[in-house]
Amino acid sequence: MEPTLQVESLRTYFYTEAGVVKAVDDVGFSVRPSTIHALVGESGSGKTVTAQSILRIVPKPGRIVGGRIVFEGRNLLDLGERQMRMVRGRRISLIQQDPTATLDPMFTIQDQLVEAIMVTTELDREQAKKKARKLLEDVKIPGPENVLKSYPHQLSGGMRQRVAIARALAGNPKVLIADEPTTALDVTIQAQILELMRSLRDEYGLSIILITHDLGIVAQVADEVTVMYAGKVCESGSVDDIFHSPLHPYTQALLLSVPRVDKRVRLRAIPGNIPDLVQPPQGCRFHPRCPYAVERCSQEEPGLEKVGSQADHTLPSRSVYCHRFREIKLEVV
Amino acid sequence: MPQDILELKDVKKYYPLTERYTFRSRVTAYVKAVDGVSLTLPEQSTVGLVGESGCGKTTTAKIAAGLIRPDSGSVKFMGADLSEILGDSGSAKQFRRSVQLVYQNPYSSLDPMMTVGDIVKEPLIIHGLARGRELEEAMYSLLRKVNLEDYHALRYPHELSGGQRQRVCIARALATQPKLVLLDEPVSSLDLSIRAQILNLLVELKERERLSYLYISHDLATVRQMCDYVAVMYLGRVVEYAPTDELFNNPMHPYTQALLSAIPIPDPRVKRKRMVLEGDVPNPVNPPEGCRFHTRCRYASQLCRERDQKLIEVGNQHWVACWVAPTGGIPSYSLEYTRE
Repeated sequence: MEPTLQVESLRTYFYTEAGVVKAVDDVGFSVRPSTIHALVGESGSGKTVTAQSILRIVPKPGRIVGGRIVFEGRNLLDLGERQMRMVRGRRISLIQQDPTATLDPMFTIQDQLVEAIMVTTELDREQAKKKARKLLEDVKIPGPENVLKSYPHQLSGGMRQRVAIARALAGNPKVLIADEPTTALDVTIQAQILELMRSLRDEYGLSIILITHDLGIVAQVADEVTVMYAGKVCESGSVDDIFHSPLHPYTQALLLSVPRVDKRVRLRAIPGNIPDLVQPPQGCRFHPRCPYAVERCSQEEPGLEKVGSQADHTLPSRSVYCHRFREIKLEVV
Repeated sequence: MPQDILELKDVKKYYPLTERYTFRSRVTAYVKAVDGVSLTLPEQSTVGLVGESGCGKTTTAKIAAGLIRPDSGSVKFMGADLSEILGDSGSAKQFRRSVQLVYQNPYSSLDPMMTVGDIVKEPLIIHGLARGRELEEAMYSLLRKVNLEDYHALRYPHELSGGQRQRVCIARALATQPKLVLLDEPVSSLDLSIRAQILNLLVELKERERLSYLYISHDLATVRQMCDYVAVMYLGRVVEYAPTDELFNNPMHPYTQALLSAIPIPDPRVKRKRMVLEGDVPNPVNPPEGCRFHTRCRYASQLCRERDQKLIEVGNQHWVACWVAPTGGIPSYSLEYTRE
C-alpha cells in the first residue's frame, strides 16, 4: 500500500536579518491512506512550517531549500504555481487554529461555502448551493438551513470551526491538514471536533495531518505520530509505540512532564529552554537538555535509523534520530 | 484548625450592556458574569477554580483581589470584610501586600521598558519594604527564589523565554511576602516542556513561603496536580466543590462528569466512557431558568427546568448544586479505565 503523502528530507529556512533560521531541517515522514497522522512538538519545533511547506505557502522570508514532497506520484516541489493551485484546496486542504480569523466576517456562510465550491469544482451556482448544505450536514451541523444564512459572528466557536472544516472539504480533498484545530476551543467543544475528525477519516477515507502540542489529543485520535523538536524529527511510529515504547529521550521526557487528569503523578520537568534556531546546538539539537547525552551527541548529528522493516507500508514505519537509542532503555510509567 | 483566608458568600457581579446614543446611553441587559458564587479557601491550601471560557472564573478572582467590587454578596479576607478593609487606606495597603496576582500571559504583564531587576524592585519600593543596598539584595534573593540567575536582573522581558518571564512575574508577586496568590492560568501560555518546571516551582514556593493559592484554570489535568480543593464553575455559578481526590474520584454533577470525560488522557490504551455534551454554553446575558445546566443535561427533570438548586453538602466536604445527584439519580462516573 502506497503512502498518501511522503515528505523526504524537507528543508525550509527563513532568511532573516538575525541570520538563517533553520525552521525545518531535514524532516521526513509518510502519511498513509485514511489515517490521522499527528505532528507533535512545542513552539518552534517546525510543525506549522512543515504544513506550510506541503502546501507551498511558506511566508517570506522563508523558502523551501531542499527535499521532496511526494503526493499522487508527483513531487509537489517541482510543480509550477498553476499546477500547485490545482492541488491546494482540491487535493490537500488546510484548517487553522482560529476559525474567527479564517472566515470572512462580511459574507454569509453560504456565500463562503459556495465560493469555495465553485473555485475548487466544476459545479454551477445552484449545484454549489446544494453541495454547501450537504457539506454542513457532513460536519454534523444541526439545522444547516439557518447556519447557511448566518454570518460568522452569529455562530459559536465550535460551529465556526465546523464551518471551516466544511469549507476545507469543498474540493473533496484527499489530505486535510489541521493546524491546532481545537486550541481556541473549550474542552467540551474540543471533544466534539475530535469526534468529527475521526468520523471524517472513517467515512470519507481522509488522511489527516493533525498538528498539535497536546499529547492528550494525540493519544485520543491519532493513528501515527511524528515527534518534532527544534526543526528536526525525533521519531515516528504508531501511536502505541510512541506512548508506550518511545525510542527518543525527548519523547520520554515530554510524556513524563505532562500532568494527567486520571492520576496524580510527580511531574518531571525538562530542564533548560527551547534552543534558538539561528544558532541551534551542534550535534543532536536536544543534547543540552538530554539526560542520556554523551560526547558524541554534542558533536555528530544523529541520522535516520529505521526500526523493523515495513517496505510495503502496510504498517506505520518506525524511525528514530538518536545515537543511543539501542543502548538506553526508556521507561514511561 | 486552619483559618479560612478567603471566603466568598453569594457574590454577584453583573456587567451592563448599553446602547449608546448621542447624548445618553441606555442599559439594555446585563451579562451575569458571576451570579451567586460561594467559595472558601482554607489557609495554606490551593483551591482550583475550573470551568470553560465565560464561566466567570477570572471575574471571581478579580473580586477576591479587590480589583472589582461585587454588586452584592460578601467577601471576607482573614475574617475581615473586604469592603471595610478597602475603605481604610492603611488596611487597604496592607491587603494589597497580602494578595498578589500572576496572570496568564507574561508577555503582556511585564513592562517592556523596565529591566527584570526594576520590575521585581517596584513593589518593594511602592510598599517601602527596602531601600538602598537592602533593596538590591532583596531583589537578587527573589530572583534566586524562582531559580533565575543574578545576570537576569539587567535583562529586559523581550530577552527572556516565556518560562523565564513567568518566573519574573512570580518573583514580583512574592516581593511583598503575600499570604494569598491568585494564579490566573499561570501555565496556559507556556510550552509543554516548560509547564512542569513552573508548576513544580509553584508547589515548592507554596511550602516554603506558606502561601495559599487560588488557582484558576480550564485545564483539569494541572488542577489535579496542584490543588487541594476544586470548585467547578458553570455560567457564573459554582456547581460542585470538593477536595481534589474526592472530586476526581467521585464527580457528582453531570457537568463535572462531562468535563472530566472530555479531557484527553495522554495514553492511547486508555478507553473511556465518553459523554460528549451536545450544544454550546448558553449566553450569560440570558441564562436558562431553573438549573443553568438543564439545557445540556441528560438527567434533567421538570424540577430542574423550573427551580434553581443551591450548593448542598452530600458528605466528605463534597458540595454539589444539583437536584438529581443527591438522590442517587445520576450514575457515578469513574476516570478509572480499562486498558486494552
